[in-house]
Amino acid sequence: MADTMQFDLVSPERKLSSVQASAVQLPGAEGDMTAMPAHAPTITTLRPGVVRVQSPEGDAEYVVTGGFAEINAVGTSVLAERAVPVSEFTQDILDEFMTDAVNARDNATPEMLDDLAKRATELAGVAAELGLNANA
Amino acid sequence: MPSLKDLKNRIESVKSTRKITKAMQMVAAAKLRRAQEAAEASRPYAERFNAVMAGLAASAGGEDAPKLLAGTGSDQVHLLVVMTAERGLCGGFNSSIVKMARAKAEQLLAQGKTVKMLTVGKKGREQLKREYEDIMIEHVDLTEVKRIGYNNAQGIATDLILRFNGGEFDVATIFYNTFENVVSQIPTEKQVIPASFEAEEGADEGSTVYDYEPSEEGILETLLPSGVATAIFSALLENAASEQGARMSAMDNATRNAGDMIDKLTIEFNRSRQAVITNELIEIISGAEAL
Repeated sequence: MADTMQFDLVSPERKLSSVQASAVQLPGAEGDMTAMPAHAPTITTLRPGVVRVQSPEGDAEYVVTGGFAEINAVGTSVLAERAVPVSEFTQDILDEFMTDAVNARDNATPEMLDDLAKRATELAGVAAELGLNANA
Repeated sequence: MPSLKDLKNRIESVKSTRKITKAMQMVAAAKLRRAQEAAEASRPYAERFNAVMAGLAASAGGEDAPKLLAGTGSDQVHLLVVMTAERGLCGGFNSSIVKMARAKAEQLLAQGKTVKMLTVGKKGREQLKREYEDIMIEHVDLTEVKRIGYNNAQGIATDLILRFNGGEFDVATIFYNTFENVVSQIPTEKQVIPASFEAEEGADEGSTVYDYEPSEEGILETLLPSGVATAIFSALLENAASEQGARMSAMDNATRNAGDMIDKLTIEFNRSRQAVITNELIEIISGAEAL
């Protein structure tokens, strides 16, 4: 069994990462999960959270606002709506994400509301975890 | 016959026009490179996304598929989303999109359908306003946007989806230019609602059986809105690259034409200057002979 797999993190605007990883921790919509090589093929949606990548070259962490992940025998791809490396995740970017999330929540139709309201709250949770202050 | 001074002024003015078109060409070339890079950077996401969606749509799309995928069951009301540039001076770029949208609108109207229009970009709106002002429902202004981001596309997509859910239309089609190369941009129409996904050829994703979390339907429902946004985002980027490409070749032509014109005017100027000299000589000589 191979001890690494291909990991790709892409956002609509650019490709953020493409490395050989030994494990990837994902904020799945139904709970966190860790994908390792030879994981069963899975597609899961993501909630706002932190993707942690462990690779022989070192670990990396990215904040994502949602999207989905595709895990198969060849590797793991995360298609994030927006993604930023944790080291570049500043108060400004958080504010921007929060404003977008809150706007989306406020403009949402009733059937979408639950989902979007949850997102804004979850984003605030992520911020707290990283020591930033979500004031929205 | 224009006077020498007139000719000289004209040459000067054509020369400064040439300087401007030359500068615009170079600016467009620089911007084109960036736009192309942006378009290329967005491709992996769009490809993966479409591959996954194609698989999902094939397995979960049935009778009770979400409306965004299956449609409302009617195709009476069409929404044409016409995406053009905010600026002119880019050859046939805007006109070719408008022409295509207009043909589609006429065709739909002739079939007795209801047509509504949404314009993105000022130039398309200006061209379509005269005929279709009463069926235009919205205009998206991107004048202030320097670099097109995913959130621009998301804004447009959200607006479309809200209108769709509100029952304002049944089918939405976007019109934009696909960037082929600097000299050719292909006007393209693409239906975004109800969504259709084509898997890239050579993708053998269909053979893998995936576990879905939450459920296939749940994922489909969450991802379909992003699908609309992704389609619009790639259209916006293609459009941006096409616009710069079109402007670059238009300005290249303009620069060349200005050069030709300067040559012609210079010849005319020299000719009339010589005519003036000849005239003066004749006057002097005939004056001397008369004495």
